[in-house]
Amino acid sequence: MAETQNIIQMKGIAKTFPGVVALEDVDFSLRKGEIHALMGENGAGKSTLIKVLTGVEHPEKGSIELDSKLVQVRSPQHSQELGISTVYQEINLCTNISVAENILLGHEPHRFGSIHWKKMNEQAGQAIKRLGIDIDVTKPLRNYSVAIQQMVAITRALQILSAKVLILDEPTSSLDIHETNLLFDVMRKLKHEGIGIIFITHFLDQVYQVADRITVLRNGKLVGTFETASLPRVELVAKMLGRSLNELDAMARAKYEGKKEQDKKRLVEAQGLGLTKSLDPVDLELNEGEVVGVAGLLGSGRTEMAGLIFGIEAPDNGSLKVHGEKVNRFSPRESLKRGIALCPEDRKAEGVVGDLTIRENIILALQARYGWFKFISPPKQSEIAQKFIQLLGIVTPSPDQLVKNLSGGNQQKVILARWLATSPQVLILDEPTRGIDVGAKAEIQKLVLDLAEEGMSILFISSELEEVMRVSQRVVVLRDRKKVAEYSGDVDDQTIIYCMAGNL
Amino acid sequence: MNKTPLLKRIRESWLFWPLVAWVIILLLNVIFQPEFFKIGIIDDPVYGKHLYGNLVDVFNNGAPLILVSIGMTLVIATGGIDLSVGAVIAISAAMGAVLINPALGNKLISNEILTRNATNTPLPLIILATLAAGVVCGLWNGFLVSRARIQPMVATLILMVGGRGIAQLITNGQIMTIYYTPYFWFGNGYILGLPVSIYIVVAVLILSWILVRKTSIGLFIESVGINAKSSYFSGIDEKNVKLLVYAFCGLCAAIAGLILSSYVHSADGNNNGLDYELDAILAVVMGGTLMSGGRFSLLSSAIGAVVIWTFTLTMYTFGVPANALLAGRAVLVLIVILLYSDQTRQFLTRLTDSKETHRYLNKLMIWKGSRHGTSN
Repeated sequence: MAETQNIIQMKGIAKTFPGVVALEDVDFSLRKGEIHALMGENGAGKSTLIKVLTGVEHPEKGSIELDSKLVQVRSPQHSQELGISTVYQEINLCTNISVAENILLGHEPHRFGSIHWKKMNEQAGQAIKRLGIDIDVTKPLRNYSVAIQQMVAITRALQILSAKVLILDEPTSSLDIHETNLLFDVMRKLKHEGIGIIFITHFLDQVYQVADRITVLRNGKLVGTFETASLPRVELVAKMLGRSLNELDAMARAKYEGKKEQDKKRLVEAQGLGLTKSLDPVDLELNEGEVVGVAGLLGSGRTEMAGLIFGIEAPDNGSLKVHGEKVNRFSPRESLKRGIALCPEDRKAEGVVGDLTIRENIILALQARYGWFKFISPPKQSEIAQKFIQLLGIVTPSPDQLVKNLSGGNQQKVILARWLATSPQVLILDEPTRGIDVGAKAEIQKLVLDLAEEGMSILFISSELEEVMRVSQRVVVLRDRKKVAEYSGDVDDQTIIYCMAGNL
Repeated sequence: MNKTPLLKRIRESWLFWPLVAWVIILLLNVIFQPEFFKIGIIDDPVYGKHLYGNLVDVFNNGAPLILVSIGMTLVIATGGIDLSVGAVIAISAAMGAVLINPALGNKLISNEILTRNATNTPLPLIILATLAAGVVCGLWNGFLVSRARIQPMVATLILMVGGRGIAQLITNGQIMTIYYTPYFWFGNGYILGLPVSIYIVVAVLILSWILVRKTSIGLFIESVGINAKSSYFSGIDEKNVKLLVYAFCGLCAAIAGLILSSYVHSADGNNNGLDYELDAILAVVMGGTLMSGGRFSLLSSAIGAVVIWTFTLTMYTFGVPANALLAGRAVLVLIVILLYSDQTRQFLTRLTDSKETHRYLNKLMIWKGSRHGTSN
């Protein structure tokens, strides 16, 4: 392909945030009339790259060329003036005004000093027809589905801002299959009109459906840009996770021998457990003294599965048995009583209570289990907190420090301590090692194995396959909100990666 | 064990800022009208020997507000707000007045019966029903907030507007005068020379302190106020915590209503507890509890309420007419808001820091010096 066909050419982009290298020497190019998928797990640097391109962040190094001209994107407005438009996951439109008004907001045609409504509706109608959609533009936007609303956002981007580049950030996450296909039709149409589209998604199937090329980022570095047709799914997943297939084959795993099958007591049994639009029915068993790993990319339904077992949301499908008894009331509180614990994925929003002390955070779940009147006295609280601070090696001058002042890894340990203090029989860990340093990761992995040795049943969810393989006796694989396989005993990483990637 | 310097520890104490505000107002009185502090003993024909004076009045008149502020503190700590406390005061006052009314259950209604110093309902039952009315109102608010998931401000607005209507329905649209003297004791009586209302306040303060600090409820309230989602994930019964604080706030308002109606010998649906919600919120803010919820201190909210009443009575003794009082209060609110803004606090913190003060003074000297230089 000739260089001149590139609309965007980013070279050697680097960006650091305090303590984190978000992007390091990343190249990215977008051709005219191309759908280019940007892939990578959380923290890979996708959003930072987009932010650099749209002027939200300013790169420390590197250059951006637009139509072969060197540009400096100063602000989001400036990027729109340059012809780069972004449609975000949450649609930034006003649902209570008409479709036409949404499309032409701020650019309404005027006549005699007031808005020329007829002309405006005509203009808007034509604009949206360009995408092959025929709707009544005078109706309020809220009358239409999320998919149509997304189309309206795209129309606005193309119409008003005369975009040459369209960035779609997770556009399909709230769409069903039919709506997704509608969106893809529009994307293909725009592609033929010569617009360059950057497509960010977690769904592999969709990437292979529409994307021409794929750029993979990992830990802020460029892994490479590939033609979709010549990159098998398995390789894509391997690249996203960061290991070559040969390496995987050669990798030696530490064998983990658990108790014999027959001594195991079944603690949790899920049959066809599912929730519409969140998780397809799943069968799962958790036994005493066993670590079950969950492998799956982001958005594969792993967090949803954990949430259903812990009772954050009530399933509308299937049944859940804990200690052989059917669960009828789903709530974290009920789960706590049944001896199930969950360390949530989003540590900040769902885990720590930042303005409480470490001591209070640690005893919180235990106290919740005891209820209102069986109060754990402050000296007793300190004793419990001190015990776990030592056990888990939480680095802090005092248990009376506020949790928000701790580092990520230590916060994670505090959450872990909170649940261990309730001595659960089933412990669900959702991304327990995300965003923490290598040393702390190893400590948490070791702790998981020790806890299982003592008879606890652990469901271990992680984006890092290596760590899932290291700690688990059985591995459950999820893809696109479905359970696709379960392996026990000897299985190699490659098989699992194949399975995570789906259709070969 | 604690190595933080004393000055810093005092400054970071919950009670520091409300006390500073109180001391400032008292100082103004010391300078401009020392007679404010005059306390005497009076021999009342009905209530016997007791203390009188402005300082006694601050606590006596301020008691209802202190009570409401205690309830409001817990509501605000969960991240909520209760705008209906004023209306709940009116409802419970109306409840008390109606039950006392000797015409109740009396077929023959005459002016002689209406103004009789007697009641057909036993006093404990009257008190119980009055308080129950407040609790029911609080439960209603709590239900709307915790179960129906309506925003606290909107949910309590319903009762704020509707409550005074309910109060008037109860009293049949009339201002109901109370003639039953035993009932007056709550707002006018004295024990050991001090107003009964002060004892009530102290009792409620101690009981609520026990309720929140000797059980896990206080911790749960703070946890829910800081991060409701994390609290829910940790198994805290977040809904019932909210229900409880609104019910408790209703109870506090009802006690306030009891004292108020007893004090003024009447129940007036339109005017009992008017604007109490706003004063209570101001008191809580002065006490240092964040409007977004989280950590709280009951005692500092109570002091906040005392500050408001000290200010009000100071204005009265200054001779500020009642119709100009609101403007005076606006000044107080402004000062409080300024004192509590981060900007001002940082500035004041720097001032109290001795090193910084030196630097500041030096700057001032240099500035003065240079000015001298140019003028000479």
